[in-house]
Amino acid sequence: MTILGGIGFTTPWILTALLALPILWLLLRAVPPAPIRRRFPGVALLLGLKDAETVSDRTPWWLLLLRMLAVAAIILGLAGPVLNPEEDQAAGTGPLLIVLDGSWAGAARWQQQSQAIEAQLVRAGRAGRTVGILTLTRPDQPAFQSADVWRNRLAGFTPAAWQPAPIALDKTRAIIGELPAFDTIWFSDALDYPGRAALLSDLQTKGTVEVFQTAANVLAIAPATYQDSVVKLNVQRALAGPARSVILQAEGRDPAGNARILATAEATFESGAALAEAELSLPAELRARITGFAIAGQRSAGAITLVDDALRRREVALIGGRNDQEGLQLLSPLHYIEQALQPTADLIDGSLTDVLPANPDVIVLADIATVSDAETQPLLDWIDKGGMLVRFAGPRIAASDISRIDEDPLMPVRLRAGGRSVGGAMSWGEPKALAAFRETSPFFGLRVPDDVVVTAQVVAQPDPTLANRVIAALSDGTPLVTRKAVGQGQIVLFHVTATAEWSTLPLSGLFVEMMERLAVSSASAAPKAKDLAGTTWTPLRVMDGYGALFDAGNLPGVDGADLVAAPAGPAMRPGIYGSGDSRLARNVFNQDSDLTPASWPVGVPVRGLAVAPEQPIAGLLLSLSILLLLADVVATLSLSGRLLRRNAPALALAVLLPALGWTTPAEAQDNTDDFALAATVDVSLAHVITGDRQLDDIAFAGLQGLSDILFFRTSVEPAPPTSVDLEVDELAFFPILYWPITPDQPRPSSEAYGKLNAYLRSGGLILFDTRDADISRYGAASPNGRKLRELAAPLDIPPLEPLPVDHVLTRTFYLLQDFPGRHSSRDLWVEAAPPDAERIEGMPFRNLNDGVTPVVIGGNDWAAAWAVRGDGAPLLPVGRGYAGERQRELANRFGVNLVMHVLTGNYKSDQVHVPALLDRLGQ
Amino acid sequence: MTPQTNLRAKAEEQAARLPALLARAEHLAGAVLLGAHGRRRAGLGDDFWQYRPAQYGDSRRMIDHRRSAMGDQEYVREREWQIAQSVMLWVDQGASMRFASTKDLPDKADRARLLGLALSVLLIRGGERVGLTGTALPPRRGNPQVLRLAEMLTQDDPTDYSPPEHRAMIPHARAVFISDFMGDLEAVKLALTKAADRGVRGILYHVLDPSEEAFPFTGRTIFESMGGTLSHETLKANDLKSRYLERLAARKQELSELCALTGWQYGLHHTDASAQSALLWLYGALDARQGAAA
Repeated sequence: MTILGGIGFTTPWILTALLALPILWLLLRAVPPAPIRRRFPGVALLLGLKDAETVSDRTPWWLLLLRMLAVAAIILGLAGPVLNPEEDQAAGTGPLLIVLDGSWAGAARWQQQSQAIEAQLVRAGRAGRTVGILTLTRPDQPAFQSADVWRNRLAGFTPAAWQPAPIALDKTRAIIGELPAFDTIWFSDALDYPGRAALLSDLQTKGTVEVFQTAANVLAIAPATYQDSVVKLNVQRALAGPARSVILQAEGRDPAGNARILATAEATFESGAALAEAELSLPAELRARITGFAIAGQRSAGAITLVDDALRRREVALIGGRNDQEGLQLLSPLHYIEQALQPTADLIDGSLTDVLPANPDVIVLADIATVSDAETQPLLDWIDKGGMLVRFAGPRIAASDISRIDEDPLMPVRLRAGGRSVGGAMSWGEPKALAAFRETSPFFGLRVPDDVVVTAQVVAQPDPTLANRVIAALSDGTPLVTRKAVGQGQIVLFHVTATAEWSTLPLSGLFVEMMERLAVSSASAAPKAKDLAGTTWTPLRVMDGYGALFDAGNLPGVDGADLVAAPAGPAMRPGIYGSGDSRLARNVFNQDSDLTPASWPVGVPVRGLAVAPEQPIAGLLLSLSILLLLADVVATLSLSGRLLRRNAPALALAVLLPALGWTTPAEAQDNTDDFALAATVDVSLAHVITGDRQLDDIAFAGLQGLSDILFFRTSVEPAPPTSVDLEVDELAFFPILYWPITPDQPRPSSEAYGKLNAYLRSGGLILFDTRDADISRYGAASPNGRKLRELAAPLDIPPLEPLPVDHVLTRTFYLLQDFPGRHSSRDLWVEAAPPDAERIEGMPFRNLNDGVTPVVIGGNDWAAAWAVRGDGAPLLPVGRGYAGERQRELANRFGVNLVMHVLTGNYKSDQVHVPALLDRLGQ
Repeated sequence: MTPQTNLRAKAEEQAARLPALLARAEHLAGAVLLGAHGRRRAGLGDDFWQYRPAQYGDSRRMIDHRRSAMGDQEYVREREWQIAQSVMLWVDQGASMRFASTKDLPDKADRARLLGLALSVLLIRGGERVGLTGTALPPRRGNPQVLRLAEMLTQDDPTDYSPPEHRAMIPHARAVFISDFMGDLEAVKLALTKAADRGVRGILYHVLDPSEEAFPFTGRTIFESMGGTLSHETLKANDLKSRYLERLAARKQELSELCALTGWQYGLHHTDASAQSALLWLYGALDARQGAAA
């Protein structure tokens, strides 16, 4: 490429043609404008007269200039001019490695970065260098290929939702070590991460390194926390710069289930501060629906923080046995559990019947032995729908006969009478400690403190199912906590009291953790690695680098400890993880992580991503030359006096019309309005244009005939029929659409189907006519029938049935039982009657659909029977002789009935008319 | 179009032209009231002219005794000279006449034929003999002559500028030449001098299209004669206007001088003017000259 004055030319040798311009000037100058030939008898008098002036025969200088400019524009355009040409500064030779950070931090400017990479690829391609691309977040052996190959594959590179991990960097360094010498261009995401400096020095040993990185700031949002009834949000930026505020959006689902922004908050960075905070105060209902927070306008995984159960406050109903008694507060059976749940759950008090309609997440029954029969069933229903019933034992349960012989539906196990007491003054043995939790237990991984001892408990009867239901046991194997799944919910029984009477469990921190594990309460703070040790979490939805969530598919589960502590990577993707009923969000950016801007050693050139894109301006020049030539046409015509002659306006129009092409949309708009006006001034029957000219003509003539008959016989006075193009025309104006079927008509576009469905829903009627009733009964697979099925498949058509004898279509105007057209098949399908339509005693017909059937399907070729010529005579023969004329008359009557049905709906179905109809029917 | 239909169309067009021209000419002529058409001199005729005293040399048979008996003097009854005149017509049939500058105007040939035929109708009604110059149609009287004239007048001449026909001119007859006189003036001069030699007097009637008077052309133009034999190219037509008009004026001047020299009358008519006034002028001019010549 040659660069002249900031503009590059791909084929500069064509510019030599500019030298020919002066020659052209001389040539064009000498050619006078073309003469007009005139017949004129007076020419005899003109013979011998010389023109006085000789200058006027030359083309005027401005016309010449116009032409020269046009020619120059063509030459320049063909020379391939390029604005902002990429300058070949010290283009090296040998292979080139493009290294991408490829992390979420670059996602917001990935497009820009891709353009910069493409510019580099173009440059490398021009220099004939082979290129390899290496993404640090997903390192792979780079294949050194021609730049063009990479340009095609560039769109396939997407940012990952994590930073380059140390393992990945080690792998990268191993790969690089094996490669021969190369130059490096490093597209950095402007964030520092461990191991970057080492990689840089490795790369520098192989060749020169050049760094491209965005000048824009990287923003990240930390997971939301809930404190003192407000949601707190922290936003960080990599470079502390001038004051700036960002909008934070709380995303979630509205009651209808649609994703929307539920609330916004503004976080303001002070000048020089890298941290900004925002607070959101939301009602619990709204808060529970939040699925995540995002920084508005930042499309990256770091600018989104997902919300798990942390914000969710469960509603827990506490029901104690003695709430009607006065007593010491510390002796209340609910005291400890209230204390344990208060910080993290919303507590509800009241009786069971009061609480159930509030649909709490959990109901805690503390030492309540019997639940009344009136309450049992609603409670079971509630559990069945996902409620969790937590029961604590106590003296009452121990004393009662509940679940003694048969398992009580509200108890997970059968109980032995009386319970047992260990380690007391009157018993042998020591108070029992808790055994370590088994792997199948939801409490697995929780550390059992030594000081938790149980002195009394209710004891489960050994049953075949008991082993599966135990989720915590004492050191001697006695079940301490049992659980039973009922429907979608579960029943959990603590075999000790909720007070410190029978055990020290409610006094310990383990009690709180067990409540969390049971999802009775949700964790108030982010769980620590050790809290989750031993649990397995399966990814449910994972994020990509842009922050969009995808179904996790069959990604493997991860260990709970890793979920919190391990760095994100291909094996530990940010997203939503689930374990049982718990949900845990793994976010890209955590409270304790920070953003460090990448710093590069002196000597490594760092450049911005902004590329002035190469802009070929050949097209611009060539169209300019065409415009100039058009102007030349006009000027030449006006010079030779032809512009204003009789034919000249048309000529000028023909010349100028292409240039005025933008006026056509306005005309199209006018056309639409005209169409709407024409269709709505009067009722107009319409048919669908099938593309078969003959068929369309018959359909039009048929509707014309039907319109005439309606005009003569009824109070409907239709305007001339309309031919409707489904793709273009608005359908809403027409009460009825006649749609003849041909096997080869084109399928309407999805937009057209959208219009058709809207038409059907808003009360329109489509009369489908397969026109083949003489050769095929409906349902037989004639080509037209198959086409009809194909055409109608995307339509929103209700269930159909053959027209019942008491359908309102049989009596909207004429009393009809046959609906012949050119053929006389009896089959006609309409919307099915509701299943509960019953014939009332003494009535001749049922009370059927309360509305107009949206489709009528048949094959009798009605349009052909209705069709008239311009003089009103029938266009096509129907049948033979008088029988044929009778058939045509019936066809016309069917048309009248159909239009009346569309226009009057179920009017004739109204039972008010029964006496008159009965009278006419002679019954 | 097939040759047959083409021929038929042409034939019908030709046939249609004749009665149309005739009807129009009759119509035009009907608007002119014929006045006294006597020769205003004594001569052979039926109408009384004057009584004059008998002179020496009058035969006695010439004495009108009814008048003479009223007095002593003898009178001779003279009758008006009522000899029929021959009028010879030449209407330019050349291609140059078939020109009309706009659709609204008749072409010159049409106007010239109309005037010629209407004049003939008038003259024949007045008892004159009318014919064409040359040998094709010698002057005759009677209505059939009108039909023959109409037929002859509708025959186009393909040559661009046809010269006046001056052969077989009857001595002392009258002649009417209708043309645009755009062709060679020498031929006109020859015809006129020849006519003057034979004692034929008449009218040169100059028919022009308005555009030929105005020359409303601009720009680079190639002017062609109607037959295409002559052409002239100019780069700036409006520049030629003044010189063209000078030449046209000179031609008119020359024609009227020629007429004055030979005792003819010169008239100018534009096709956008009324044919009626032109016919009146022609008729009057023919009449006045006769009177003057008497």
